[in-house]
Amino acid sequence: MGFLTNLINGISLGSVYAIIALGYTMVYGIAKMLNFAHGDVIMVGGYICFVCMNNLGLPVAVSVLLSIVGCTCLGMVVERAAYKPLREAPSLAVLITAIGVSYFLQNSALLIWGADPKVFKSVVDLPSLKFFDGQLVVGPINIVTALTCVLIMVCLTLFTSRTKMGKAMRACSEDKGAAQLMGINVNTTISMVFAIGSGLAAIAGVLLCSTYPTLMPTTGSLPGIKAFTAAVIGGIGSIPGAALGGVLLGIIEIFAKAYIGTQLADAIVFGVLIVMLLIRPAGLLGKEIHEKV
Amino acid sequence: MSKLKNLSATTRSNLITYAMVIVLFVVMQSLAATKAISSSTAGLLVPITAYISLAISLNLVVGISGELSLGHAGFMSMGAFTGVIVASMLAEAIPVGWVRLLVSMIVGGMFAGLAGFVVGVPVMRLHGDYLAIVTLAFGEIIKNLLNNLYAGFDASGLHLSMTNAQALGMDGGKIVINGPQGAVGITKLSNFTMGFLLVLFTLFVVLNLVNSRTGRAIMAVRDNRIAAESVGINTTKYRLIAFVVSAALAGMAGALYAQNFSSIVPKKFDFNTSILILVFVVLGGMGNIRGGIIAAIVLTILPEKLRFIGDFRMLMYAIVLIAVMLVTNNRTIQSKIADLRERLRRRGDDQAALAVDAEGGVADE
Amino acid sequence: MKIENAVSRRNFLKLSGVVAAGLGLTACGGSGDSGSSSDGAAAAGGDAFLIGGIGPVTGAAAIYGSATKFGAQVAVDEVNAAGTIKMELNWQDDEHDAEKSVNAYNTLKDWGMQILVGTTTTTPCVAVSTETNADRIFELTPSASSVNVIGGEDIGADNPRKDNVFQMCFTDPNQGTASAQYIDEQKLGTKVAIIYNNADAYSTGIYQKFVDEAASKSFEVVSTTTFTDDQTDFSVQVKDAKDNKADLIFLPIYYTPASLILAEAKKQDFAPKFFGVDGMDGILTLEGFDTSLAEGVMLLTPFVATAEDEATQSFDEAYKAAAGSEENPNQFAADAYDCVKAIAQAIETAGITPDMATEEICDALIAQFTDSSFKYSGLTGESSWSTTGEVTKTPKGMVIQNGVYMPLDAE
Repeated sequence: MGFLTNLINGISLGSVYAIIALGYTMVYGIAKMLNFAHGDVIMVGGYICFVCMNNLGLPVAVSVLLSIVGCTCLGMVVERAAYKPLREAPSLAVLITAIGVSYFLQNSALLIWGADPKVFKSVVDLPSLKFFDGQLVVGPINIVTALTCVLIMVCLTLFTSRTKMGKAMRACSEDKGAAQLMGINVNTTISMVFAIGSGLAAIAGVLLCSTYPTLMPTTGSLPGIKAFTAAVIGGIGSIPGAALGGVLLGIIEIFAKAYIGTQLADAIVFGVLIVMLLIRPAGLLGKEIHEKV
Repeated sequence: MSKLKNLSATTRSNLITYAMVIVLFVVMQSLAATKAISSSTAGLLVPITAYISLAISLNLVVGISGELSLGHAGFMSMGAFTGVIVASMLAEAIPVGWVRLLVSMIVGGMFAGLAGFVVGVPVMRLHGDYLAIVTLAFGEIIKNLLNNLYAGFDASGLHLSMTNAQALGMDGGKIVINGPQGAVGITKLSNFTMGFLLVLFTLFVVLNLVNSRTGRAIMAVRDNRIAAESVGINTTKYRLIAFVVSAALAGMAGALYAQNFSSIVPKKFDFNTSILILVFVVLGGMGNIRGGIIAAIVLTILPEKLRFIGDFRMLMYAIVLIAVMLVTNNRTIQSKIADLRERLRRRGDDQAALAVDAEGGVADE
Repeated sequence: MKIENAVSRRNFLKLSGVVAAGLGLTACGGSGDSGSSSDGAAAAGGDAFLIGGIGPVTGAAAIYGSATKFGAQVAVDEVNAAGTIKMELNWQDDEHDAEKSVNAYNTLKDWGMQILVGTTTTTPCVAVSTETNADRIFELTPSASSVNVIGGEDIGADNPRKDNVFQMCFTDPNQGTASAQYIDEQKLGTKVAIIYNNADAYSTGIYQKFVDEAASKSFEVVSTTTFTDDQTDFSVQVKDAKDNKADLIFLPIYYTPASLILAEAKKQDFAPKFFGVDGMDGILTLEGFDTSLAEGVMLLTPFVATAEDEATQSFDEAYKAAAGSEENPNQFAADAYDCVKAIAQAIETAGITPDMATEEICDALIAQFTDSSFKYSGLTGESSWSTTGEVTKTPKGMVIQNGVYMPLDAE
């Protein structure tokens, strides 16, 4: 029974990581950029939703929608202002700029909304499901998060394989030069990728804050790092890999805390991750890139 | 003087770097001695030397070896805490402050180098972002382990424990590291001169490594791994050398940094500190040692001097960071600046030519 | 070689810009900067006492630094309005980092600070207190509660007593010991679970002493779990307490993670008693927090924002005006307010004047604070100090009922 509870807790924690990781992997796979500001876009998404629900009193669905729209716009603006001018630059330069954007977003949120943590009211207001005489409790938000994760994964996979824009994205990720020669507008494609990634971040933010109801300007950074780890474990650039990596990371974290001990949990989780990467150096579902001379 | 011109470009460049560091040190030391600088700047001197050293050592891995390492702060903390333990234990055996500091830095560097080897062996099997993630993971592991470390010594020697202070089983004596409370009651041994010597030493090691056969092998591996392998270079060995040397130097800087404060905690040496050092390296230019030094100095001083802005300080810092990255990496902006310089230079040349004509003489070379 | 040239040309532009900026900034900094956030340049030997304040106003601990900053500001305004002495407050951010805190301290020294109210958090305070001790500047910290801040072998710290440093808040060991005693005397629980932050000096310090004291008490510690900063998932920790049938959970942590633990316990249908320490204060001020979750939570706190007495009410109003928000002040704010007022009282009693040298002011204040007849009555109770630097005041046991603090039954 304990095992089952831990497993369910692990999956619910992991689904949150998975949704964040999906956003990371989308942007990395196509724009080849580690967007360290992703975690902070999540935080902004949470704040927008909070403001809509709390201060403006809007219904839940509208708030979530506004949050997605807001983050998408934010993502596109940031891309246009900070990342597009660096398309030709080495990837580390873009990484550092992303860090600058991350600091910018965190401090702006601090100035706008203050340092006091806000308690986020869950977007899912249903009673918990209880099984086995109350021994096994599953919160409604966990089910919603898991389902949303699967839904997003399916939608993204369909999008990249069936739609024209999606195929353009895949073409850009394989070879930008060739894609341009085929008439694909690379700039628009990459901007679209950031837009989608930021929209996903907004959803992730709403769900993250609903599961763990505290919202501060620094809320996004730790989940961001963990989700980045998850995306790499699953094979960066691979959509099902990101989801798998996220869920796996959540399960490992909960199991490490429950069965080995909470004190060294962090060390153990990262230790397991390292071992997994050593066994499968390209991530679980990643493609082994064989360099050609 | 003609000998200077005969030196190769790299040697000249290296000499300029050494000269810059020496000049800066002499200037700042004399200002500090005559109390001509503010307490704020004086207090920054030792941390800046530590950060410069860290930037140079990270540049060895990121710029010269071409690998993204996100766990540099982990090696810094290994050196810091080992250094503190050693300095504490030798407090009676070596009463002279700077000798104790030196010993603690050497021991800290050795332990950090050892950690670098232990981390490096598995890490070198990976590449690119996977390598980056593993270095990040190791950084977090080290931080978590140090958070649970208790160390103390009494008459019977050094005791270590991973559970709590009681488990040390000490009889009197002194607790040096108290888990998450870190090390308190550190004797502040660090000074600017030692920091300067550390920077010189780091420069010496790294620049000589880069200009040696080993360094060329490392750069060959960075530029084209497969070609390097096909020429018979043992890629793992050389990448590992860069990694271990970098870790050892980081450990020495950590030991210096730690003994500039009366207390340090493991939490300080986290992912954000690793990123901070990475920013120095990238802003200064990958593989550009001099640039890394300047970036470390400017970015450490900048937030302090921006204090007058009040609440908007960190926001300004972020904007400045983004702006500098854009300016230094965007071809359009740079070509515009280059055009401007070209135009100014041409105007200067024209005016010089006019002046020469007016004088009726032959222009100098 | 060609590539190298291209790189160095590009870098030359950057380097010259950066060096120019760097030299410019260093030059600015070198010639006496006045990093003052208040109007007007500081004039040592003027008619106002120069009070420095250090605390995190950015970063993860910004709530605490902001609270102390505004609390201190309210007190300084009141002191100036009263007219007997004048004070000027300069607050500097330290981002909850020892290195930045020392930098903030140095900046304040350049400004001409004579007395320090700070630092707000423990880890930076340990580093800064060594500096104030060396420079002989009187330091009264509102909330840095570790014994390493004040030092002193007799209270078990491994470093010597820094005689110029005093605390307005209880030390961590005292809170840990007092909590264990309170729980035992009031028979609040027989099987106690502990959830603490093992990456935080404050939490670990209280935990260690609690466990020491609990060994001789009648209750049994059945579950001990930890978490680290920023972690938000407490399912494992709460489940462990539940599996071990704990009837009371001791939480020597801050209110933000505490609110998550309360939510998790409700989700798991687990309703033990909860006991917190002074860090728990503020849980009712969390915007949007469902106060029914905190029903029955007990804590030791010296300050209650909703108390009916006039001093608290007027502080509440003034604090909200200064902070520009509707949030009630928490005990960090009250501690900072009390620090400034206590210093003002000491200054007036001892007849200290702003034109005295900083070291003289320090010695005079030390003498005043350690004087056995010196008692300060403020928002956080009646406080007095001894030469150890620890504060003596009565902790109030509170229980949250219907969203407000009510006194726990007196012993």
